[in-house]
Amino acid sequence: MAAHAAHAHPHGSHGHHDEPYYASKGSLWKTVMSWVYTVDHKKIGVMYLVAVLLAFFLGGVFALLLRAELYEPTKTLADGTVTGQMFKGWTSAQGEVTSNNIYNRLFSLHGTVMVFLFIIPSIPAALGNILLPLMIGAKDVAFPKLNLMSWYTYLFGGAFALWALIGGGVETGWTFYTPYSSTTNWGNVTAMVLGAFILGFSSIFTGINFIVTVHKLRTPGMGWFDMPLFVWATYATAIIQVLATPVLGITLLMIVFERVFRTGIFDPALGGDPVLFQHFFWFYSHPAVYIMIVPAFGVVSELLAVHCRKRLFGYRAIAFSSLAIAAISFLVWGHHLFAAETPAANAIFSALTFLVAIPTAIKVFNWIATMYKASISWNTPMLYAMSFLFNFTIGGLTGPPLATLATDIHLTDTYFVVAHFHYVMMGGTVFAFVGGLHHWWPKITGRMYNEAWGRVGAVLVFIGFNMTFLVQFILGTQGMPRRYATYVEMFEGMHKFSTIGTWVLGFGFVIHLLVFVLSLVSGKKASANPWGGLTMEWEAASPPIEHNFHREPLMTHGPYDYDTAVPPHCNEKDYPLPTPKPGMAMAH
Amino acid sequence: MTTLSTKPGNADLAPHESYVPGSHWRNLQDETEGAKLGMWLFLSTEILLFSGFFCAYAVFRMLYPGNWHDASQYYLNWKIGAVNTVVLLLSSFTVVLAIRGAQTNRNWMIQLNLLLTNLCAAFFLVVKLGWEYWPKWQKGELPGAAFTYGNPQGTHDNIFLSVYWVATATHGVHVLVGIIVLTWCMIKASRREFGPRHYTFLENAGLYWHIVDVIWIFLFPLLYLV
Ligand code: HEM
Ligand SMILES: [Cu+2]
Repeated sequence: MAAHAAHAHPHGSHGHHDEPYYASKGSLWKTVMSWVYTVDHKKIGVMYLVAVLLAFFLGGVFALLLRAELYEPTKTLADGTVTGQMFKGWTSAQGEVTSNNIYNRLFSLHGTVMVFLFIIPSIPAALGNILLPLMIGAKDVAFPKLNLMSWYTYLFGGAFALWALIGGGVETGWTFYTPYSSTTNWGNVTAMVLGAFILGFSSIFTGINFIVTVHKLRTPGMGWFDMPLFVWATYATAIIQVLATPVLGITLLMIVFERVFRTGIFDPALGGDPVLFQHFFWFYSHPAVYIMIVPAFGVVSELLAVHCRKRLFGYRAIAFSSLAIAAISFLVWGHHLFAAETPAANAIFSALTFLVAIPTAIKVFNWIATMYKASISWNTPMLYAMSFLFNFTIGGLTGPPLATLATDIHLTDTYFVVAHFHYVMMGGTVFAFVGGLHHWWPKITGRMYNEAWGRVGAVLVFIGFNMTFLVQFILGTQGMPRRYATYVEMFEGMHKFSTIGTWVLGFGFVIHLLVFVLSLVSGKKASANPWGGLTMEWEAASPPIEHNFHREPLMTHGPYDYDTAVPPHCNEKDYPLPTPKPGMAMAH
Repeated sequence: MTTLSTKPGNADLAPHESYVPGSHWRNLQDETEGAKLGMWLFLSTEILLFSGFFCAYAVFRMLYPGNWHDASQYYLNWKIGAVNTVVLLLSSFTVVLAIRGAQTNRNWMIQLNLLLTNLCAAFFLVVKLGWEYWPKWQKGELPGAAFTYGNPQGTHDNIFLSVYWVATATHGVHVLVGIIVLTWCMIKASRREFGPRHYTFLENAGLYWHIVDVIWIFLFPLLYLV
C-alpha cells in the first residue's frame, strides 16, 4: 500500500474557518435554511439519519403492538372463529373492520416501514453519505445536488407511503403479492405502491452518486485496494441498488396499472399470470436483502479492525466476496417461489442459493480470524460487532435449510422464515447499524457518549433480540404459520416468551436513546480520533469542517496498517507499534 | 446531471492537482468523466425498467403463441410503426449532429439540429396518439378488463393489448421527457453555454435520446411484426 512520506500540501489562498459543518449561520432562519438547501453530504446524511431513526421507532412501535396481540392465543385456527384479542373493537378510517384486518394492517405497516423507510436507507444513505467522502478523502459526493434531490425524494415518497398506510389500511404485507394487491378493493394500495415506487428513485440516485464518487473522487494515491472495506461494501451495495431497483419500479408501476386500468397482466381471471409478479418482485427483493446486509458487512469490518486494533484478516477476500455476493444475488430470486415453480426451476434456484452461502461464510471466517489474538477493547461498538457475528451466523445458517427444497416446503410461510430473516436483517443489519452509530457518533456529533450505559444497552438489546426470535425457529418447525393474529394453545408458552423478549429489546433501545440524548446535551467533547482508527475520516476534525479537510489528505498508510502506522492525531505512546520479530521479513 | 464547472484546476500546486476552490472535483476531465459515468448508470436503469415489459411479453407470447400472432396482425398496423421507427432513427442522427455542432463550435448547428430532433419527437407522438391510441380507444381495443372490442381474434387479445398499451405508453412518456430535456438544451444553446470543451450536458441528453430510440427499435418488431 502507498507509503508517501510527505504530508498534505497547502490548500490555496482562500481562508477556511474551523467551524464544524453544522455550525449556526447567525440567525435561526439562516441556520434552518442552511440545512434545507444544503448540498453538504454530511448534513444530508444527518437528515437521513434522523429520518431513518424515526422510521425505526415507528416500525418498532408497530412490532411491539403485533407482539402484544400474540401474547394471548385466542384459540381459533382450529375451530374457525377468527378474532384477535387485543385489536377487538378497533376501527379504521374505513369504519368497522375485524381485529384480524387490524392485525394485517399492522404487520403491513411494520414490514413496509422497516424495509423501505428504515433498513434500505439506514446504512447507505445515512452513515454512507456521511462517511463515504470522508473515508476516501473527498470534499463531497460526485453529484451533491442529486444527493439533495435523493433526500427530498425519500422524504416525499416516505410521507406518501406513510399517509397511504396509516390512512387507508393496506393489508398486503411488504411483498404486495398479486392478485391480493391488485384485486382487493380496500385501502390505499395504489398510493402505497406509488410511495414505494418514489422511494425507489431515491435509492437509485444514491446508488449512482456513490458509484461515481468511488470511481472518481478517491484522494490521490488511494488505489482500489487502499479503500476501507466500508467503501467497498457501499460500492457493491450501490451497484445492486442501481441494477435491481428499476425492476421493482416497473413491477410496482404494473400493479398501479392493474389497479387503475385493470390491465390484467397479473390477474388470472383475465388471462394474466400472478406468479410473474412474484418473479418480478423477488428479482428485486432478493438483491434488496443484500442492499440491506452488505453495508452491514462494511460496518462490521471497520468496527472489528479498529476495536481489535489489528490488520483485517483477508482484506481482498472480504472485498471480493462483497462483489461476488452482489453478482450471485441476481440469480437466486426463485428461492422465494419454491411453492410456485416447476421442479426443474426449483432445483436450479436451490443450487444457486447454496452458492451465496460461500462468500458469506468467507467473510465470517475472516472476521473471526481477525479477532484471534487481538487486543480487543470491549466497548459498545465492539459488543455490537460481536453480537452481529453471533446473530448473523445463526441467520445465515438457517438460510440453507430454506434453500433445500424438501425442508422448505415444510418451513415456508412459517415462523421459521420470520426468524431467519429477522436474524439476518435485525440481528445483522440493525446490530451493525447501531454499532456503527456508536462508533462514528463522536465523528458525526463531536461528542462522546457514556460508554458504561452504552454497554448496558447493547447487552439488553442482544438478550432481548435472542429471546424474541430464537423460539420462533422452534415455533416454525412445529407448524406455526406466519401472518396470523391468533394461534392454537400449544404455542402459547413460546409466544409469551417471545413477546416478553420484545419488551427487553425495547428497553435496551430506550437506554440507547437516552445515552444519545445525554451525549448531545452534556457529552464530553470528542477528540479527532477517539478510537485510534486509521481510516481517513479520523484525520478530519470531530465534527469535520464544511469541506471535510483543511488540505487534501494523502495516503500515507493503508486503512488497516495497525502494525506499521500510528493513528492520526494519536501518540505513539498510546498506540505502540509491535517490535518486529527477528527473522521475520517486514511487509511493506 | 450536474452543470459543468469551467474552472480549471490549480495544477501548479504539485505534486498533484489540488482542489478547485468551490468545487469538489479536482479538474474538468474528472468532472466530465464522472458525469458521463453517472449517465451511463442511469441509462442502465432505464433498460432494466423496460426489461420488465420484455419479460412479460416473453411469458405471454409463450403462453398464448397463436393468439399473440393474430392479435398483433389484427390490431397493429406495421406501416404506422415503421414510419415512426424511421422518424426516431432520423432524430437519433440529428442529435448526433447537434453534438458535432458543439464540438466544432457552431452554435447554429446545435440549435438547428435540436429543433429537428424535437420536431421528429413531436411527430412520433402525434402519430402515436392520433393514428393509434385514439382509434383504439374508440373501438374499445383496450387493455385487460377494459377490452370491449366486438370482434376478438382469440381469448387473450386483452393481454396482448395490455402489454402493448403499458409498454408503448411508458415509452411515450420517455419521449415526452426527451422533448423537455432537448428543449432545455436548446435554451442553453441559445445562451451559448455549449462549446468544444463543455458539452457534457448536451452529450448526456443525446445519450438519453439514443436509449429512448433503442427501446423503440426493440418494441417495434416485437409488437408489430410477430
Ligand atoms: C446464507 C445466505 C442465505 C440463504 C441461503 C437464504 C435463503 C432464504 C430462502 C430460501 C428464503 C425463502 C424461504 C421461504 O419463503 O420459504 C429466504 C427468505 C428470506 N430471507 Fe434469506 N437467505 C440468506 C440470507 C439472507 C440475508 C442476508 C437476508 C437479509 C439481510 C435475508 C432475508 C430474507 C428475507 C427478508 C426472507 C423472507 C421474505 C418474505 O417472505 O417476507 N436472507 N431466505
Ligand atoms: Cu432471497
